[in-house]
Amino acid sequence: MMKSGLSLLQSVLALLGGLTALCGLVGAAISADADILLTVAVGLGALTLVRFVFRPISFWLDGLAAVLIAVALVLALPRGSAMPGHYWFAMVSAWAFAWLFVDQLSGEIRKGTVPRKTMGLLIPAVFGISLLVMWEIVTRGANVPPVLLPAPSAIGAQLENSRGILWADFVQTFVKSVIPGYIIGCLAGLIVAIAVDRSPFLKAGLLPIGNFMSALPIIGIAPIMVMWFGFDWQSKAAVVVAMTFFPMLVNTVAGLNAASTIERDLMRTYAANYWQTLVKLRLPAAGPFIFNALKINSTLALIGAIVAEFFGTPVVGMGFRISTGVGRLAIDLVWAEIAVAAVAGSAFYGVIALIERGVTFWHPSVRGGRA
Amino acid sequence: MIPVVSAQNLGLTFSTNDGDVVALSDVNLTIEKGDFVSFIGPSGCGKTTFLRTIADLEQPTSGTLRINGQTPEDARKNRAYGYVFQAPALYPWRTIEKNIALPLEIMGHSPQQQAERIKRTMDLVNLSGFEKKYPWQLSGGMQQRASIARALAFDADLLLMDEPFGALDEIVRDHLNSELLKLWDRTQKTICFVTHSIPEAVYLSTKIVVMSPRPGRVTDIIESNLPKERPLDIRETPEFLAIAARVRDGLRAGHSYEEVV
Ligand SMILES: Nc1ncnc2c1ncn2[C@@H]1O[C@H](COP(=O)(O)OP(=O)(O)O)[C@@H](O)[C@H]1O
Ligand SMILES: [Mg+2]
Repeated sequence: MMKSGLSLLQSVLALLGGLTALCGLVGAAISADADILLTVAVGLGALTLVRFVFRPISFWLDGLAAVLIAVALVLALPRGSAMPGHYWFAMVSAWAFAWLFVDQLSGEIRKGTVPRKTMGLLIPAVFGISLLVMWEIVTRGANVPPVLLPAPSAIGAQLENSRGILWADFVQTFVKSVIPGYIIGCLAGLIVAIAVDRSPFLKAGLLPIGNFMSALPIIGIAPIMVMWFGFDWQSKAAVVVAMTFFPMLVNTVAGLNAASTIERDLMRTYAANYWQTLVKLRLPAAGPFIFNALKINSTLALIGAIVAEFFGTPVVGMGFRISTGVGRLAIDLVWAEIAVAAVAGSAFYGVIALIERGVTFWHPSVRGGRA
Repeated sequence: MIPVVSAQNLGLTFSTNDGDVVALSDVNLTIEKGDFVSFIGPSGCGKTTFLRTIADLEQPTSGTLRINGQTPEDARKNRAYGYVFQAPALYPWRTIEKNIALPLEIMGHSPQQQAERIKRTMDLVNLSGFEKKYPWQLSGGMQQRASIARALAFDADLLLMDEPFGALDEIVRDHLNSELLKLWDRTQKTICFVTHSIPEAVYLSTKIVVMSPRPGRVTDIIESNLPKERPLDIRETPEFLAIAARVRDGLRAGHSYEEVV
């Protein structure tokens, strides 16, 4: 442990990675038709054990070992049959090296020896790729039926083959239902919140109803919306409006009270009128609350539109494809839709979060300072 | 001439959950145009409350109060005063110059007028060069100076200042005190100034109002006969020390010795 310069956890991971690689190597040696690349890769993994007897090695070598073993393993996976037992050692080894690499990398970032900006991105990337690789190996290596869980490569192939369908579904669900519904719902929530804030009557009457409504499973209204607005995207957008309205209403009402007493007193000493106080003080102070609602709603809107399509739709749309795909056992396509939805949802959320950083730059939670 | 502030038998009682709190009782005070009035007294004696009542931020529960002969509400609506709060209360999403521009925007000044006044008041409080900074990038003392600049920007005749220099160190404080005196002399403004410091009160004021706590009342009003021209070393003269002694006596009479700040 002293020689390798590692922490306890890192030592355990290094030992695990090296020893499983060694087992993988032994397994390859005694099997008849060993894959050459995989044998070389686990050989390199086993070689890292020298750090315990000789001298510490660079953590980049751990990363290299993880990548090599993972790539070799994925390439060596047999088609249509379970993989040889010693391949499992290689998988554990790749996983241990990946973890070891990330752990050491984050240590180096903290010490400032590698730049945070670029290398910081490497950690989630390694994490995501490891997950995909494990998924690929487990589904194919253990011969999991594709109906239960297809391998990422199969989903990827489906993404490639069904580009036209996926794009049409994306336009129908995201561009036509989510975006208009989101904009209308959020704007309406904001405007009604301002009205509620201004009128004590509305505050007493509407806000409890708002809280009650937001507790209802809004998705239950989807069939009603279909009756009201028809099968096409209008009824889905209406569900999205209903889902995004209340989070925005409740958050904005809270946000409009976020300005401190002294900040309001200041406006009063200037004899500022209601609208001046609203625009120059209360709305900016409510910014963090409003963006909170915008972020919550970006996820809610997508869920709402997809699930609403389960209740009747023209023959296009992400929700339609998912519900019919499951029935027709076209599971690869279902997963491809899920992948598109995940990417679209994350990108949507990411854009809102980026705008938030620009607009509420002054807030302690964004600038990382004291209040 | 109509006094700038005139209070007769003014009283203010806060009703709270733990019962009534008398913050002001039977306050009689007249402030003439051009007066520099300091309010001094231990914490909780109602200095802030009195200033806020003048500013129409609190409503008196008894007596009458007139500002320039008007009700406090009308005076506020006529933008009769600038108020410097105990905390800077700068808006964090605005730069320093935009914070100073805030009252000017609300009162409808043209952009050229705004720029000219921002420059003048920022020079006055020695903040030139920090126009584009945000409040949270500045020290507490600089923030407070910015808040003073903001109160001066729209040129109200009455300036209400609640312990504006309380958080500043002695050197900055001395400097700002003499700047404030110069400003007062030049502009003929009327200033109400809350302070904890006897030398500060005597150095600045034409009139010192000594207050005592529970229930908040005025125990003494001391007219200062010091000349208008006041170099900093006036603080060593016998006249100055005599007034300071009288203030100290007033504070002592108003309350037990230990609690005098
Ligand atoms: N909004 C309020 N509600 C209830 N009590 C208050 C309020 N504001 C001030 N007080 C009470 O009034 C008294 C005078 O307070 P204040 O004017 O702030 O004193 P000072 O500024 O001289 O320290 C104190 O006892 C304080 O607790
Ligand atoms: Mg006070």
